[in-house]
Amino acid sequence: MAGIVGYGAYIPRNRIKAEEIARQWGKDPETIRRGLLLEEKSVPGLDEDTITISVAAGRSAIARAGIAPAKIGAVYIGSESHPYAVKPSGTALIEALGIAPEVHVADFEFACKAGTEAMFVSLGLVESGRVEYAMGIGADTSQGAPNDALEFSASAGGAAYLFGRENLLAEVLETYSFTTDTPDFWRREGQFYPRHGGRFTGEPAYFKHVESATRAILKKSGFKPADFRYVVFHMPNGKFPLQAARTLGFSKEQMATGWVVNTMGNTYSGSSPTGLAAILDVAAPGDLILITSFGSGAGSDSFVLKATKLLPERRALAPTVRSMLDGPRRYLTYGEYAKFREKIILND
Amino acid sequence: MPSPRNWREIPARYRLEAARCRGCGKVVYPARRACPACRGQEFEKTMLSWKGKVVTSTVVQVAPTEFQMEAPYAVAIVETPEGARLMTQVVDCDPGAVQPGMEVALVFRLIRREGHGGILCYGFKAVPAA
Repeated sequence: MAGIVGYGAYIPRNRIKAEEIARQWGKDPETIRRGLLLEEKSVPGLDEDTITISVAAGRSAIARAGIAPAKIGAVYIGSESHPYAVKPSGTALIEALGIAPEVHVADFEFACKAGTEAMFVSLGLVESGRVEYAMGIGADTSQGAPNDALEFSASAGGAAYLFGRENLLAEVLETYSFTTDTPDFWRREGQFYPRHGGRFTGEPAYFKHVESATRAILKKSGFKPADFRYVVFHMPNGKFPLQAARTLGFSKEQMATGWVVNTMGNTYSGSSPTGLAAILDVAAPGDLILITSFGSGAGSDSFVLKATKLLPERRALAPTVRSMLDGPRRYLTYGEYAKFREKIILND
Repeated sequence: MPSPRNWREIPARYRLEAARCRGCGKVVYPARRACPACRGQEFEKTMLSWKGKVVTSTVVQVAPTEFQMEAPYAVAIVETPEGARLMTQVVDCDPGAVQPGMEVALVFRLIRREGHGGILCYGFKAVPAA
């Protein structure tokens, strides 16, 4: 059986509080806190991007797997903020982690589900026997236009998953994908910020795809909501995943560990993968875990995982998600945030 | 730094590849032709640990054009457990807090951009050890 042999996450140390963004635009911070359930979000430093986040997460995944990097036969990075329009993010990563040159590399895009897309393909290549190990990464330095609701959530971070067939930390018991053509959120070529359909991003987009994929994987796998110890859905804000969980019959307790959006923000392609990493940081052997991503455009990938006996000893080999969320942080003013996110026009 | 030079330096900048003198065992970074300790010319490749200790540091207030957005920032000489010394920015902290003896982790970061349309040059920087 194939599954996860290593995983790692990375969240930058910079943060901005929702009330600081609200103050800038004359909005009521309590409305944001209560409406979107967001307290603060991570912000990339001037020297952090999808490549550096992926390298940090990938290094932790390799450390937990304890394998020679050169054995990795495929690396896919899913993101909607690849630093180059033309030149792969993955090429820098394979050099940095000592994986090059005998490796298949590609960058994936599918709005916020590019990370689970990379995981899905990595798993398939390992299951087929085409490669011994494959790494799927979801990472983003998410864009959100100033004074847009997205600005309260769009954050930075990511997670890497290394798939193999031996010494598994989590078995992959089932997968499922649900995809339609739905124009809920997009960014045209050359545009700096994405646009979205406001309320249209809810029912016909997020909820339809997350709920359809989750119901289908439950049916396919034969499990009931109560069978799972942990569940994580894509987290565009705090409210959506909790609402989807209620509809599907999952409890707050099942959601609590992976629901990291209130202090991390929405790391787009890194969102549900980082929530899954937070779950693997605490899961006990035998625990069943469900993850359903969502990417605008639109689609959802679902995975049913089962933690193994090896997980507890291996998780100690790299930083946990909570250690990065609760560890050293630097809080930015809106001015510093605007500088860090390069929202200020400068002379050459 | 022109793109080809950046490309040539990938092993050292991306992976911290260094050289160990076969004669006296001294680790030098980046690799060089002659050992500064014994003048030996036989080396083997070795990888540095992604951690070290600050030997000395300074704070750059007036930065070169490409680093102006980052000023003020700390630059330090960091010694790795292998004994190699490398010069690097120390980030994710108050620059004034970087002092000799401080334990740091080395991390993969963007160092500079070749203007708006040029390549992105990556390498290592130091951050306070967690």
